[in-house]
Amino acid sequence: MRFILPLLMLLLFACKNDTKAVAKADLQAEVQQMDLEIYDFDGLKNFLNTTSNKTYVVNFWATWCAPCVKELPYFEDLNTQYKNEQVEVILVSLDFPKTYETSLKPFLKEKKLQTKVVALDDANFNSWIPQVHPDWSGAIPATLIYNREKRHFFEKSFTYKELENEVKQFIK
Amino acid sequence: MYTLKTFTAVMAMMLISVFTSLENGYKVGDIATDFKLENVDGNMVSLSDYSQAKGFIVIFTCNTCPFSVAYEDRIIALDKKYASRGYPVIAIMPNNPAASPGDSMEAMKARAKAKGFTFPYLMDTNQEVYPKYGAVKTPHVYVLQKTKKGNQVKYIGAIDDNYQNPESVNQAYVENAVDALLAGKPITETHTRAIGCTIKV
Repeated sequence: MRFILPLLMLLLFACKNDTKAVAKADLQAEVQQMDLEIYDFDGLKNFLNTTSNKTYVVNFWATWCAPCVKELPYFEDLNTQYKNEQVEVILVSLDFPKTYETSLKPFLKEKKLQTKVVALDDANFNSWIPQVHPDWSGAIPATLIYNREKRHFFEKSFTYKELENEVKQFIK
Repeated sequence: MYTLKTFTAVMAMMLISVFTSLENGYKVGDIATDFKLENVDGNMVSLSDYSQAKGFIVIFTCNTCPFSVAYEDRIIALDKKYASRGYPVIAIMPNNPAASPGDSMEAMKARAKAKGFTFPYLMDTNQEVYPKYGAVKTPHVYVLQKTKKGNQVKYIGAIDDNYQNPESVNQAYVENAVDALLAGKPITETHTRAIGCTIKV
């Protein structure tokens, strides 16, 4: 009789572990099914020029970059608030390709970002960084705001207010 | 007439100051400042301590930036290859540990020990050295050559052109630069760029 309680507890514990394992497997499966657009710089170029009336805000970031992650909500808010003003935000992730499954996708899943996210996988930095902007040293966060008439580049962190002010210069 | 001259002179000075404030840090050809910074072994280190050196591979790097971590083994390899030929690696950690706790002196000591750093790993305690050099991110390399005028900047930028895989590197920028200096030849690429982590202030 005295063995029953530990036995019960053991059984309960085993069950609990099982559900945990199942949940983890589910999450992994979900993450694997997530679509992630991956480009080299030639592919990304399509997002850096426009002939339309829209203003594009292209933010270069990574999940490992703390100041980038801090300002992501501002870009997300901007994308929602200025959708009707012909503004579109594109978040270009510079996460290491080997961590797409383990860091980037789980991060995107958790944050449920509405903004378009693409991953840039092009290790030859020196060839493409100056093509984004001649002033860019390569430090992130970095943001390019452009329309068909002009483009401004910022190697800095933004507050929402600062970001909004810069975008307003493009839509007035 | 004098006023016009003064006016022109003032305007010229203003223009110069505008240009210098836009162009922060060293350019290739500038003479780099020496420093006295604390090493992970507790000693203070200056470039002038290295009387035998022909120059230096100064690398601003840290514990916490994934690019710095990806390059750790290659930084050790650079020191092993070039220290004996007169170009030792001097690593400087530019971040403020209050903003980046993983870059405290304790953490630096632990990392240097775990990886077996063969070179000094210095803390830019007052964050005064990296702005003089114009470093904005980690890793950020400055190859210096000892001249009569001082330590002259010969190369600024990335270590090589592939952070993901040392085997896929086509251009080993720093090695190419130091090899050229050792051979007395001009450096083909004196300035390169790479993605890196912003220095934490």
